[in-house]
Amino acid sequence: MPEAELTALAPSDAPAELTPPAPGVWRRLLANPLAAASLLLLLLLVLLAVFAPVVAPHGFAEQKLERQLENPSGTFPLGTDELGRDTLSRLLYGARISLSVAVAVEACVVTIGLLVGLIAGFFGGAVDAALMRVTDVMLAFPDVLLAILLVGIFGTATASPAASLLLVVVALGVTGWPPLARLVRGQVLGLRKREFVEAARSLGATNGRILRRHILPNLLSPILVAVTVDTAGVILAEATLSFLGIGVQRPYPSWGRMISDALAENHLRSEPRLILLPSLALSLTVLALNFLGDGLRDALDPRAHAKR
Amino acid sequence: MLRFVAARIGLAVPTLLAISFLVFFAAYLSPADPVDIIVGERAAPEVKARTRQQWGLDRPPLVRYGDYLWNIVTRFDFGRSYLTQESIIDIIQRGFPNTALLATLALLLSLLVGIPSGMLAAVWVNRAPDRIAMSLALTGVAVPSFVLGPVLVLVFALRLDWLPVVGFSPQGGMTAEFFVLPTIVLAARSAALIARLTRSAMLDVLRQDYVRTARAKGLGNGVVLFKHALKNAFPPILTVTATTFGYLLAGSFVVETLFAIPGIGYQSIDAIRKRDYPVIQAMALLLASIFVLVNLVVDILYGVLDPRARLTGGGSGSIRQKGAA
Repeated sequence: MPEAELTALAPSDAPAELTPPAPGVWRRLLANPLAAASLLLLLLLVLLAVFAPVVAPHGFAEQKLERQLENPSGTFPLGTDELGRDTLSRLLYGARISLSVAVAVEACVVTIGLLVGLIAGFFGGAVDAALMRVTDVMLAFPDVLLAILLVGIFGTATASPAASLLLVVVALGVTGWPPLARLVRGQVLGLRKREFVEAARSLGATNGRILRRHILPNLLSPILVAVTVDTAGVILAEATLSFLGIGVQRPYPSWGRMISDALAENHLRSEPRLILLPSLALSLTVLALNFLGDGLRDALDPRAHAKR
Repeated sequence: MLRFVAARIGLAVPTLLAISFLVFFAAYLSPADPVDIIVGERAAPEVKARTRQQWGLDRPPLVRYGDYLWNIVTRFDFGRSYLTQESIIDIIQRGFPNTALLATLALLLSLLVGIPSGMLAAVWVNRAPDRIAMSLALTGVAVPSFVLGPVLVLVFALRLDWLPVVGFSPQGGMTAEFFVLPTIVLAARSAALIARLTRSAMLDVLRQDYVRTARAKGLGNGVVLFKHALKNAFPPILTVTATTFGYLLAGSFVVETLFAIPGIGYQSIDAIRKRDYPVIQAMALLLASIFVLVNLVVDILYGVLDPRARLTGGGSGSIRQKGAA
């Protein structure tokens, strides 16, 4: 076969042809009312978090001791806490904390999970066995518990607020990758045997090129779905650590810490709003991420939807 | 079968050893000096030196680790608390029964709620019972216990006055009603996970030919559902139950803190806040052993229930849901 024909047969460099998510992903996603509403809510939350310093009427640690435990008013749209701090501002900055922790942790999780999964799935053999052994051992333990022990040992409770934030990210990032590594490995194992990989290999493509051009683009959709749902878990985990007093430290307003502080001050009977508002923010965010994840899964793989 | 069991146990021992090593050296690497925790940072240097010697903290870490393991294996001795000097095994004996009771009650409750609602959802798939059960399940997964707990307390204890506010009465006595809310709060998430998994496992099984055959023979719905379907859907349910048990223990950290129940979760958080390393180490090791044991039992049960698992050596294959307690 002349060389010109060979190149014509070679898989195109345009990743679009190789990426399975068919056109219409957006259309299908937005046609799902729950997913669309969740996306909208999350976009709003991201905007509010990013522009918290502009949007928030007060600083998150700004105390007005003469205005403790006030009910919602013009100056304090959602009222104040026992130190006279504005609840709305604290919720907005809390969103900033939650989302930045989530983004940073997911960056770690995707980096480690992708590397481990790719190496294990693509090269197989002893490397695969060793990596999966570690992954399985880690999977046997609830990651929150591992994270609790990690932050416990490295001592967030006594760290400065900024250091505690970093420690929480590290603890959740280091413990969170195994499910993704598992997922990536499984996908790679399947893809490795597909015809287009075989074709690329027979045309002399290097491992690096096959990984970049043929494997990675096909991993995008499952990773996107997994990361969306996982982000909900990370936000919950950060809130849990902070609720237990071993996560993000004062005066940073984590939603979890706002709940436990308000409970410790016995506000449940007299000022339930101080507990219910951060609870609502947290639950809505987590629900929205779950709905969005489900919606994305259906939109990216319409056939799976038909089966369900 | 015996070989399968032996292989599983053979895997559990090195896992536990590795964990003990990690737990010990993680504490060793932590920035705080144990002596500062025991006698306080401002103690005189002589006092510090004497304490260091008394507690054996001046010995090389590997020697201390060997000693630590030896004491645990031979005498079940986990050392003493840095803060109260109390023997850690006493601390565990005080807290563990509370945690075990709470976790067992919650596990029972989540099975009692999770399996029937998952089955209902599978039988009426995509219809109202399914929708309702799965929405509740999603709520159970998305709403953390430290949100559900206060809400339930607000409604049932403070507004309706049906149940006590905290898990334990101040006198330390515990009556059944103190455990109602903590059990429900702890069980919510695992019930949700079990319901979801039961639904999908049942849906898989209900599509099988033998179920159709059973129906064609004219067997009643009940017989088909319980004898043909549930029995075969059971191995995955068992697996998720084991995973769930792990989350119940992790969840007990939050629920015990929330309701002031002095179990090992509460004790661990207390130790973490006070940097009482020997206690943290012992708790970590205890929890790890429980997990390894539960996973071991599940793997073996799985091998009994599904002989194919014995051949592939794949036991429970972790099905996991990420997230907080």
